[in-house]
Amino acid sequence: MLRVCLKGANSAARKCLCGNGAPLHPLQQCRSYTSGGSGSSAGKIVAASVLTVGGGVGGTILYANWDPKFRANVEKSIPYSDQVFGLALGPGAPPPVINKPRKVEPVQISSMSEVWKDSKQPKAKEVEKKAKQTDSEGPPAPAPQETLEAAAKCTECEHDPTMKERPEGEVAARLAEQDKAEQDLLTSLSSNLEDALGSTAKVTLQAIGAQEAALQAIAQHTRQLREAMEAEAPPDKKSTQWRVLEDALSERSRSVDEAGAAVLKAKAELDKLRGVIDGAKHLKIAAARPSILAAEENLHSMVVDLDSVVTRVQTAQSEAKIVSQYSELVNEAKAQFQKELNSITPEIQANWKGLTGKLTQDDLNSLIAHAHRRIDQLNRELAEQRVREQIHIDSSLEQQKLEDKKALEVAVSTALEHNREQMRLEQEKKVEETREVMEAEMRTQLRRQAAAHTDHLRDVLKVQEQELRAEAEEILNSSLMEKETEYRRLTQDQLDSFTLDMNAAYARLKGMEEAIDSHVIAEEEARKAHQLWLSVEALNYTLKTAALNDPTEPLEGAVQAIKESCAEDEFAQALATALPSESLSRGVYSEASLRARFYAIRQLARRVALIDETRNSLYQYFLSYLQATLLFEKAQEAPPAKLSAEDLDTFKLLSYAAYSLEHGDLELAAKLVNQLKGESRRVAQDWLKEARLTLETKQVVSLLSAYANAVGLGTTMAP
Amino acid sequence: MSEKELGKKLDRCLADSVVKLGAGLGLGIVFSVVFFKRHTWPVAFGLGMGLGMAYTNCQNDLRAPYLIQRNIKVSIRIHAHFVLRICY
Repeated sequence: MLRVCLKGANSAARKCLCGNGAPLHPLQQCRSYTSGGSGSSAGKIVAASVLTVGGGVGGTILYANWDPKFRANVEKSIPYSDQVFGLALGPGAPPPVINKPRKVEPVQISSMSEVWKDSKQPKAKEVEKKAKQTDSEGPPAPAPQETLEAAAKCTECEHDPTMKERPEGEVAARLAEQDKAEQDLLTSLSSNLEDALGSTAKVTLQAIGAQEAALQAIAQHTRQLREAMEAEAPPDKKSTQWRVLEDALSERSRSVDEAGAAVLKAKAELDKLRGVIDGAKHLKIAAARPSILAAEENLHSMVVDLDSVVTRVQTAQSEAKIVSQYSELVNEAKAQFQKELNSITPEIQANWKGLTGKLTQDDLNSLIAHAHRRIDQLNRELAEQRVREQIHIDSSLEQQKLEDKKALEVAVSTALEHNREQMRLEQEKKVEETREVMEAEMRTQLRRQAAAHTDHLRDVLKVQEQELRAEAEEILNSSLMEKETEYRRLTQDQLDSFTLDMNAAYARLKGMEEAIDSHVIAEEEARKAHQLWLSVEALNYTLKTAALNDPTEPLEGAVQAIKESCAEDEFAQALATALPSESLSRGVYSEASLRARFYAIRQLARRVALIDETRNSLYQYFLSYLQATLLFEKAQEAPPAKLSAEDLDTFKLLSYAAYSLEHGDLELAAKLVNQLKGESRRVAQDWLKEARLTLETKQVVSLLSAYANAVGLGTTMAP
Repeated sequence: MSEKELGKKLDRCLADSVVKLGAGLGLGIVFSVVFFKRHTWPVAFGLGMGLGMAYTNCQNDLRAPYLIQRNIKVSIRIHAHFVLRICY
């Protein structure tokens, strides 16, 4: 297009520039001028287009650099543009669509973290437990554990996004599940705790009982020992006493052992209980805290009881030790004394208490002397002892102090522990209480809020309900009305249409009935007409049955048939009765026969043409014969419309009649023949009669057939 | 048939004439022979009488329809017929 324009411009330029001048030089000029012009304009156009395209591309690239969405759009719409952009700008940013859900995820997770914390904790704890188990079961490398933990964490992570995407119902379900799991854990925990508590309590009670028994045994033993030491009994009783003492000792040792074992068992059970409580504490189920606390309290109390009992036993044991030491010392002294006594008085038996009656004076003196010596010794020892007493006391005090300190420390530590435990328990209890209170308060507040919310909701719902109800009622009413009117209209339409249809149908029915009736009538008429026609045809046929010289069959039958067929048709009846009786009885001659007969009659009539009333002699006959032979007339002559007087000549008449007969007009022939006079007339009389009959019959028959046809036509053309 | 009537009449005439002639002839002959000594005139007479009788008979026979009868019905009929004929 441009080139065309350019060419046009060139030609125009050439013309305008080089129209007048010399061809060559100016043409060259023109050519260079025009080519230069065209070249410059083309160059301009090319430059402009290049600039535009370059500008467009550069602009696109710049804008794509700035707006990645635009870049994406362009990359999508224009093929290979992504490569161009890649060359120009480098790889584009990943589609931002993917970032959004990622951003959404942590937010959602953080929002749901509160919800999922408690429920996730058991999972996490389970996972941790599992991890711990795996850690504790075997010595797998930390790597698998870490991977397990990482995998667990990944599963948790995976859980989070998947959890985030789950609908609320699922969340609720999961919460319910978690609650159920918590409940299960709680129940299991509580059961565990209870079992542990129970067992521990049992064991502890057993231990305490054993300790008590031991205590009792120790006390008894000590008492008995003291009794044995202090009481003076006869030797047999002493031996029994000693035996009893031994039994008591064995009893004590046994019970002490038992108590020790029981204590160990109890301690083990307590440790187990502590472990269970720790495990329960680790699970950190809020609802389990009271039970945990209670268990801890129980544990603490048990521990305290056990410790107290143990301390009592220990004190008893120490007392018993003292007593036993004392008893040992006493026994030693006694033994010593016994030995001394034995050394002095060898014959005295051990049971020296019952010796008072058997001892001699010497023995008594020696005994007293020994006793005095012993007393002196003892006094000396006592003095020594008194001297050492202080040191002993100091040392023992020191020792005691040390021991006391140790014991104190121990007691203090245990008391501290106990107190700490107590405090901790109390704290926990207080915390628990406050938590419960807080929970209760929060619950009440929440309940209040929920109540308020429910109230508000209820109100709003009520209002809404009313509004909606009103609206719905309105809509219902309006639609009902509409439907009602519609229904009414439809029913009315239906009724109308039905009525119309019914009317139409009725009318049609009526019409059909009428039509049928009329048809019936018409059919009847047609039938009758047909019958009539048939009978008329039969009559016609009978008419045709005429042989050449014989008359037809008598028409009576046919006429009777006609009469029967049209019993109520007056016209037909009249016509039927109008038939001449001779045709009925004898039949009529056919036209052909009449025609044939006519020629004979003609001949004869010609021959007797002159004969009439006046002239009827034989001579006249001869003359008429002569005339007939001599007179020549036309065989057939067309009869004129009007007969004149001269046409009444026999010969003329006969020729007219012949003509009309030849032309099938029997009537005219008969009429003409009727004009014959005289003998000719007499000769033609019969023929005339016959012709008359035939004509009558034919007339009647034709009338009848016409009538039958008319009636038939009429019936066929019935409406 | 009316047309045959004439023929019949003529037949009768002929027959009658033959008869008459024959009879005449016969009688003539007889008379001529018997009475008139074989003259021919009785034969001719007889023949002539016969012929004449035949002629008359024939004529009468032929005229018969035109004769007015004395029967009342017929006469009325003839009268009517006559009147009618005269009328036109």
